[in-house]
Amino acid sequence: MRRGALGIPALLLVAVFLLYPLALLVELGFHAKTGEWSLAQYERIATTPIYLLVLWKTAWVAGLVTCIDLLIGYPFAVALSRARGWWRLFLLAAVLMPFWTNLLVRTYGWIVVLHPNGLLNSILLGLGVVSEPIELVQNTIGVLIGMTQIMLPFMVLPIAAQIERMDRRLLQAARSLGASPRRTFLHVYLPLTLPGVFAGALVTLVLSFGFFVIPALLGGRRDVLIAQLIDFNLTKVLNWEFAAALGTILLAVTMGIFLAAQRWLGLNSLWTEAR
Amino acid sequence: MRLSRGEAALAGFAGLVSLFLVLPSLIVVPMSFNADNLLRFPPHGFSLGWYEAYFGRDDWRLATWNSVTIALAVTVLATTMGTSAALALVRGRIPLRNLYIFLMLTPMIAPPIVSAVSMYGVFARLGLVGTYPGMVLAHTVLALPFVLVNVVAVLQRMDWRLEQAARSLGASAARAFFEVTLPMIRPGLVVAAIFAFITSFDEVVVALYISGSSAITLPVQMWSGLRFEINPVVAAVSTLLLGLSVLALLAIGFLRRAGAGSTV
Repeated sequence: MRRGALGIPALLLVAVFLLYPLALLVELGFHAKTGEWSLAQYERIATTPIYLLVLWKTAWVAGLVTCIDLLIGYPFAVALSRARGWWRLFLLAAVLMPFWTNLLVRTYGWIVVLHPNGLLNSILLGLGVVSEPIELVQNTIGVLIGMTQIMLPFMVLPIAAQIERMDRRLLQAARSLGASPRRTFLHVYLPLTLPGVFAGALVTLVLSFGFFVIPALLGGRRDVLIAQLIDFNLTKVLNWEFAAALGTILLAVTMGIFLAAQRWLGLNSLWTEAR
Repeated sequence: MRLSRGEAALAGFAGLVSLFLVLPSLIVVPMSFNADNLLRFPPHGFSLGWYEAYFGRDDWRLATWNSVTIALAVTVLATTMGTSAALALVRGRIPLRNLYIFLMLTPMIAPPIVSAVSMYGVFARLGLVGTYPGMVLAHTVLALPFVLVNVVAVLQRMDWRLEQAARSLGASAARAFFEVTLPMIRPGLVVAAIFAFITSFDEVVVALYISGSSAITLPVQMWSGLRFEINPVVAAVSTLLLGLSVLALLAIGFLRRAGAGSTV
């Protein structure tokens, strides 16, 4: 029996119900509303300031979330690798828990925390830090806080896995040869963890780019990112061609980052550790 | 062991980050017992009213039933097809192997909104929008990469000489697989099946487009309960789902340990 043939049913299913639809979407984006081939949709995006602003804001939010997650996630991964016993279990549970919790549950939780009558505002009001509730949802702050938390495990896990794989003797060697702890960290520890850092940062960046749920529920009307713009053009404006062009841009950016990452880092290190 | 100042600071920081990761989810528990229907923290009074509303209302019950049945069908389909694809990858020869892997991982890489929009166009033409089969097919596609990645990892750790031994002792390929290989990879398959179930059960963006008005799932129902005004029933549902996540996490931890034990 040819075992390779066992791979055909799954590929057929993905091809018919996702790859073919994606191909149609990309093709549709190169049509004018009237049906003929044209670059009209892309011209419209490139010449309309509001659409460029949405693209810019999407990139900006995704980039900022990635940077904050790197700053929080790296020390957390280091702490996780040093932790032992119940403390390690606790940290591990904290970082794995979000993977197994429904996204809408977590989003609802953030609404309760950030709402004008929510947890954070009642604490701040109780302490007298502010005199009236501060606006934390329906704006960019809410989107940034929510996305930072939801993406954090994607940053932590690849870095933690890379630290586990590190040869500790290299650190001892550096120390015994007279390097200061600071120098050992900067010249030995940090470079050895970089593959994990790149993997985590790329996954976080790619997922943030296409995020729909958090901006839609925690953001305000001014916080439209590309995913919402696609949804809006399809369900409200019914402009399929324009939505298709926007979708193609999002797909191209995502696939581009993924292929570049695969080139530099190898396929396996990136996605198999994501969960 | 005494901690240096630097290590204590690091541990303290990690503790704070853990709270940041966990607390916003746990906060749904007290909210679900709120006697008030306004969103306010801390909640006022104690009531089981939102649980009664959840279990009593037909729309919530139907959405839950749809989610469970769709996810179960997805689990069976995705685990079967994903496992056979994993066998092909690890044990067989596939032409253009890297392209195959890339195409099979596309459902995991493509942004959910792009998958949803493009699937919607084709599914609408095939009359699959708003149907059970439509939802099952869409979610099976999304779940396949997670099954594939998990089962490939398990197969790569397996000792193939045991299957070869069975074959050389006269077992047919099918018998060697079902009686030797399958029992060895079973814990890994159960983990993959749980992944498939959760992928479907939690999925919202594709479901928003494909579920139409007659195959509404729990996440879609929750979405409409959060979109414009906050429906307090969401708090009760969230608490129940949170309990389910804890169970899934414990089950996975247990199975991973069992799996590691049997392959070493």
